[in-house]
Amino acid sequence: MKTHTVSHFAKWQRWRAGRPWLGSCLAAVLAWAATVFSGQGQGSGELLTVALTFSAFTVLVSLGQMLVISVGPGNADLSIPSSIALSGAVAMLVMDGSNAMIVPGILAAVLVGALVGVFNFSLIRVLSIPPIIATLAGSLIVMSVAIAIGRGLKIKPPPLFSDFMAMRLFGIPLLAVVVLAVSIAIALMLERTVLGRSIEAVGQNDRAAGLAGMRVELTRFWAYVICAALAGLAGALISGFSGGNSLDQGQEYILLTIAVVVIGGTVVSGGAPCVPGIWSAAMFMFLLVAMLNAAGAGPGLRMLLTGLIIIGVIVAASSPGKR
Amino acid sequence: MSSLQAKRGVLVLHNILPALALSLLLAAVFWRQPRAMSYFGVNLLLNLAIPLMFASLAQMMILAVSDLDLSIGPFVSLAASIGATLLPTRPALAMLAFVAAVAAYALAGALIESRRLPSIVVTLGLSFVWLGCAVLLLPTPGGLAPDWLSSAMAYRTPWLPMPIWMALFAAALGHVLVTRSAFGTLVRGLGGNPTAVARVGWSLVRLRAGVYALAGLFGVLAGLMLVGQTTSADPNIASRYTLVSIAAVILGGGKFVGGYVSPVGTVVGALTMTLAASFLTFLEVAPDWQVGMQGLILIVVLGLRAAIDRLERIA
Amino acid sequence: MINSIPEMLFEARDTAKAFAAVQALRGVDFQVRRGECVGLVGHNGAGKSTLMNVLSGTLAADRGELHFAGLAVGSGWDVREAQRLGVRSVYQELSLCANLSLAENMRIAQPQFKGWNWRLAAGAQLMATLDRIFPGHGLHADQVVGELSIGRRQMVEIARAFTPGALALEVMILDEPTSSLDNQAAAQLLAYIREFVALGKSCILISHKLREIFTVTDRIVVMRDGQVVESVLTEQTSRDRVVAAMGQDEQVQENPRHVVAQTGSAEAPLVVNVSSTSAARLGVKAMAGEVIGLAGLAGHGQTTLLLRLQAGSATRAESSVWVGGATSFVAGDRQTDGVFGLWSIARNMSVGWFSQLCHRRLIDLKGEREYAEHWRQRLGLVTPDLDLPIFSLSGGNQQKVLFARALGSSASIILMDDPMRGVDVGTKRDVYALIAEEARRGRTFVWYTTEFDELFHCDRVYVFNNGEVAGELSRAELSEERVLDMSFDKIAA
Repeated sequence: MKTHTVSHFAKWQRWRAGRPWLGSCLAAVLAWAATVFSGQGQGSGELLTVALTFSAFTVLVSLGQMLVISVGPGNADLSIPSSIALSGAVAMLVMDGSNAMIVPGILAAVLVGALVGVFNFSLIRVLSIPPIIATLAGSLIVMSVAIAIGRGLKIKPPPLFSDFMAMRLFGIPLLAVVVLAVSIAIALMLERTVLGRSIEAVGQNDRAAGLAGMRVELTRFWAYVICAALAGLAGALISGFSGGNSLDQGQEYILLTIAVVVIGGTVVSGGAPCVPGIWSAAMFMFLLVAMLNAAGAGPGLRMLLTGLIIIGVIVAASSPGKR
Repeated sequence: MSSLQAKRGVLVLHNILPALALSLLLAAVFWRQPRAMSYFGVNLLLNLAIPLMFASLAQMMILAVSDLDLSIGPFVSLAASIGATLLPTRPALAMLAFVAAVAAYALAGALIESRRLPSIVVTLGLSFVWLGCAVLLLPTPGGLAPDWLSSAMAYRTPWLPMPIWMALFAAALGHVLVTRSAFGTLVRGLGGNPTAVARVGWSLVRLRAGVYALAGLFGVLAGLMLVGQTTSADPNIASRYTLVSIAAVILGGGKFVGGYVSPVGTVVGALTMTLAASFLTFLEVAPDWQVGMQGLILIVVLGLRAAIDRLERIA
Repeated sequence: MINSIPEMLFEARDTAKAFAAVQALRGVDFQVRRGECVGLVGHNGAGKSTLMNVLSGTLAADRGELHFAGLAVGSGWDVREAQRLGVRSVYQELSLCANLSLAENMRIAQPQFKGWNWRLAAGAQLMATLDRIFPGHGLHADQVVGELSIGRRQMVEIARAFTPGALALEVMILDEPTSSLDNQAAAQLLAYIREFVALGKSCILISHKLREIFTVTDRIVVMRDGQVVESVLTEQTSRDRVVAAMGQDEQVQENPRHVVAQTGSAEAPLVVNVSSTSAARLGVKAMAGEVIGLAGLAGHGQTTLLLRLQAGSATRAESSVWVGGATSFVAGDRQTDGVFGLWSIARNMSVGWFSQLCHRRLIDLKGEREYAEHWRQRLGLVTPDLDLPIFSLSGGNQQKVLFARALGSSASIILMDDPMRGVDVGTKRDVYALIAEEARRGRTFVWYTTEFDELFHCDRVYVFNNGEVAGELSRAELSEERVLDMSFDKIAA
């Protein structure tokens, strides 16, 4: 009898260990319930739809950040806001309000993002400095370019593009469906391609990965490029959603993406990305803000709490180490 | 023989690079603006370097133990915000806030060591804690620094302008604390080989907590000096310090890992970074590109260091 | 000889320690008397270093008691307490801070140097000890450790530990202290150890070099598989008895001579060719189906050669290295070079198999599972489920996973970096048979080993010395004396 319960517990622990997104999922549900029951007028369904729309942007950008964080300790892309600002401006310039140019505009935005990724990675390699510093320093230059070409730009997105961004399928934002498809593609890439397995291996132990025949630096290159390209795509979509580009449209995504990745159960020191966790954590972060807004908290408290939650989550996920 | 000479040459280059960069920039500024070559001119040019020196010393403490502090900019902003809000009206509460902030820094250090956390993520999280606190204290730019602080920062020092005195003081303080003292040796040892330090019986948790507390103390000093100069504060007043302080330490000869730091170099690095920013205004760079030029300066500085390191490895 | 039995100084009783699934110590009893030098010997992974770490306080034992000078020391045993009572250690991996000077490293270890001029005092004391142990060392107190050769660093670390100070010094534990010292310095150290114990101090010496153990110790303790299997006075034992006690497994020794006899025929094509940089030295060649052994002292260029071969098959980076086929690497240092700790057992295997498992650029998950199952059976891997994390396996089974990763790949050349470190006898036997079988099918093995007996599994052996090949031996010519001669001649010269 006793051994029976023990084995059940062990099974449950294993089941739990294989699903690092459970915590954030539960937290998201709680935040949603708290907001709904505080009764600030919004219906529960409407709140969910809004949450899905905004989370979709967060997810899109955080997926890239997840890949970068997964290629090893010290890797993170802090140039995401600049990439979003620049690619948003480029997308609006290329589309120039014409429906026919929507696809080229999006492609141009993705391409610009990818180029920023190449730039980031070459800074990291050439200067041999920590990626955080390289991407932050590089982002200043990217931002300057964005300011130079994007300031005072008042181009409206093509009407078809705006409609598409606001469209819903059975109450679910079309945007969320698109981002879900991207998420599935990334999950498939991680599970079933050599690149995906290499990302996990390099993040766990780059020396062992090299000895097992993987291309360590090439793997990191792709992580940075995919991350920046996704940020580029997000830049175009955000511009389409908010009726034109602005330079600070990506500002919040430095902390937000890292928070979402960490809270979603991806291992901070690399090697274990978690795609479902990105969704639940993004929903949680949005609903948390909604909850705080409903409770009348200002931006200061919001930032304070976000910071504390990140630290709390990585402390909870860690274990006391030995030397 | 010649390889030994080459090695010495590279070492000399390593050590004098910060001083060389500073002299070149100074010469360039004086050449463009001969009037700057005076007590007031130098004061005006380098005044902004005073808080940055102390912020860079804070960053240097963290780099000395092979960590990175991404929160020093917001922390200095918070200290400045406290200085412009609580300090004039409720000084005891302000002191308490400073003590709590330093204690929070120490706690972060202890957590990073005992739970093996990446300093980058912890300090990134902290940066938003500081920013959040600053916004709560000072929702819109404003506040007023206490008179004693403003007048102290405006004091006309004898013989040399205040930035020079401050630089000498900061460099001497850092040198004694980190390069000469037994504690500083232990700190650099922790950055170089933590296992070795643990094996001779030191508590790494207490050590790292102490290092972070000192960094917090330097950060508070930087914030107070900054708000003394500007007399009012805003929650983002020092946000660029995070990157610039890292650049100052690296320009001054520090390394990201291995416990190699130079306090004197760091102070010179802070002066150089400030001067570089002033020089940009002299060059009348279009406002659109000023942010980019800052990034470019950072990249050039880090690139120069990387090149010298590479030379060192070859020689 | 000793007339009255001297006082028992330091004692461990029934000490056990496990790392995840690996039982490193299984109830060890160990004693040191005052004025005694004890030699601790055993193969890699026998538990010597773990025992040393428990004694010196860097690891807490799971079970057991420690007694010092007759008093039980409780659960509060840590480095600080050990040092307070006078237990000091010199570890195998060096424990100096490379960014600090000699004097500064001294200060970190001993806090009694105070005041403005602590640097001078600390430096002077360290230099005094260095002069005593290693006269003519040529070191300076303000030299930075990072600029010293590895041998010099070891001298500094040894001298630092022997430097008296505010803290007592009763027991010195030395873990392979001569591994990077040249012959002269090693002899100086051994002589000093005798002086040290003559003063009534105690010493525990861990060494692979039995010659040293027999020269300097009073008593020899042999460990095997986490247990003490023999403890005997040095003068009452012999080299052969100690070697036998260390666990020279009979089956392992008998197997090799006939198993691989017919591999490596002369007509087989050349698959590896490394030409030497200097004309005086030999290059390295390997034919298809050959098992090539790399011998010599640890760290004399064997691993470097394997890495060059690995790089040489991926890219033609070096003109002096020619590799005619794909290579696969079997790491010996599992934690740093081999295992992916967050992955399951199956994933850790399949990471070497992508070229076979990919169909239209996608990994075939079903094939992956079947292939992993195949190798689990072929290697006799002891686990209930291949989806369990890799660290649920014992060290030997983890090593089997690394062999599966390499042997299951399509690579025709297998590079092995001392892969039997800390592996149990049963696993070794399985793997030796597997290597012989694969070699017969035409696979080439380049095998670096630190265990002499494994060289009998090779067709030809290259002996390394100072990064170069010092000599080549066929299996018929192989003997421990010849290998040792070749490994040492340049150092002596």
